Amino acid sequence: MAWLPGSRQISAIKAAVFAFALLPFLRLAWGAFSGGLGTNPIETLTRDTGWWCLFMLLATLALTPLRKLAGLHWVLRMRRMLGLYAFFYGALHFTTFIWFDHWFDLMEMFKDVIKRPFITVGFIAFIIMLPLALTSTNAMVRRLGGRNWQRLHRLVYLVPVLGVLHYWWLVKADVREPLIFGALLALLLGLRLWWRLRDRRPGLAQPSVR
Amino acid sequence: MLIKKPTYHDDILPSEITPRDLYRRRREFLKQAAALGLAGTMLPQSVRAQTAAPVIEQGKLAKLAGRASPLSAKDKLTPHKDVVTYNNYYEFGTDKHQPAQYAHRLRSRPWSVAIEGEVKNKGPIDIEDLLKLAPMEERIYRMRCVEGWSMVIPWVGYSFAELVKRVQPTARAKYVAFTTALQPDTMIGLRLPVLEWPYVEGLRMDEAMHPLTLLCFGLYGEVLPGQNGAPVRLVVPWKYGFKSIKSIDKITFMESMPKTSWNVSAAHEYGFYSNVNPAVDHPRWSQATERRIGEDGFFTPKRKTLMFNGYAEQVAGLYKGMDLKKFY
Repeated sequence: MAWLPGSRQISAIKAAVFAFALLPFLRLAWGAFSGGLGTNPIETLTRDTGWWCLFMLLATLALTPLRKLAGLHWVLRMRRMLGLYAFFYGALHFTTFIWFDHWFDLMEMFKDVIKRPFITVGFIAFIIMLPLALTSTNAMVRRLGGRNWQRLHRLVYLVPVLGVLHYWWLVKADVREPLIFGALLALLLGLRLWWRLRDRRPGLAQPSVR
Repeated sequence: MLIKKPTYHDDILPSEITPRDLYRRRREFLKQAAALGLAGTMLPQSVRAQTAAPVIEQGKLAKLAGRASPLSAKDKLTPHKDVVTYNNYYEFGTDKHQPAQYAHRLRSRPWSVAIEGEVKNKGPIDIEDLLKLAPMEERIYRMRCVEGWSMVIPWVGYSFAELVKRVQPTARAKYVAFTTALQPDTMIGLRLPVLEWPYVEGLRMDEAMHPLTLLCFGLYGEVLPGQNGAPVRLVVPWKYGFKSIKSIDKITFMESMPKTSWNVSAAHEYGFYSNVNPAVDHPRWSQATERRIGEDGFFTPKRKTLMFNGYAEQVAGLYKGMDLKKFY
């Protein structure tokens, strides 16, 4: 029998996850302030915010498999928070781009977005995250209706795919890290596909309810 | 039942047995190499930057003085610490902090440079002779990396042309190829097939003969640290940094254009010439601007990249009539 935390425990876990997910930001902020981000601090900021955005996206996508495979239903209660953290780091990443790379010159920025495929896909990923973040509140779920809301939020599967592509197209020769991110993503999405196909097959028992 | 004892240990000479401390060192090395395989990845850069690099402090290496040169740039110098901790030297790992961590292993003595190909005086030149071949000069050059950052470094060396004059290339020599040493036991980056090893770079003969092209042995008044390409490297200041090949152990004079490592890896991104040119973008990013390490921070926009990295007056003539968009 999987562990079932009570509501107070859930709150405590949420608070802990919130704090842990905030740590990278605090570390970067402190590093930027104290000169602790290495020789090229702007590169560090840019790369790390993108890295953590991908990390949070994968963490968000890992919750459903965790629920199904380990029977930990309560982990889904972390999903909105982790998703919003992905948006948070994505927004910081976008900020480094428009600030440090383009010095807030919007025209130049859009030229870059159109001209360079790796930026194009990164930008699209960020734009997709916007409506998801904006409609993440309970009130918005009610306003849109559960079904519409869910349809909209399926877009979330696209974001890390674009994110991995963005990273893959950026690196010069060493593709190990994008490859690892990509493999994890393929696993998380592959599991979903497998479950879908399995559950759809006629004549088989419905998925067991745990 | 009779079991014959294996007797193979009889024919191993004592001299063939690996000494214990060497064996241990090898184990240690393998462990680190294995760690590098993955530990170089899946860590945010801020963490890597902090865990990295025993910094070589200025004053720890052997002195190598050079007289001031009129070819020096007037720009403000990049701090020594940045020059020796932020390096692209893939033989020691693809992360920019890794060379500073691992390149102290590089065996820079004994060292010789093989002279081969279309040249009269073939054969190896010992590093000690190379050091004495011409008077040392201090040349302060801008260095522009293809990735969009730059530094200003006081190199110590002499014009590569000095060496060329001694070895006397034949009339057939149109190009020079340079090869980085291959030390599989010290270069932990070699186990990753990120580039074709050994690293090869090349110049056209007239580029190689240009007085700015420096055969370099030191920086900041000391011999080169491993991560900066000890014991001898090339510095070609009007080209992207990867043309300035490190730890050279072979120089080949050739009739045809040599195959250079980055060009082999991605020909449409890294041409043979690779002159700094703000008007010709890297296919994936702009080359119009750059960030000067140690100077351009959070509250200053990137600076404009200059044609030929600011050396247009001296080198533009080499490319007269050439379409630089085509010959990037």
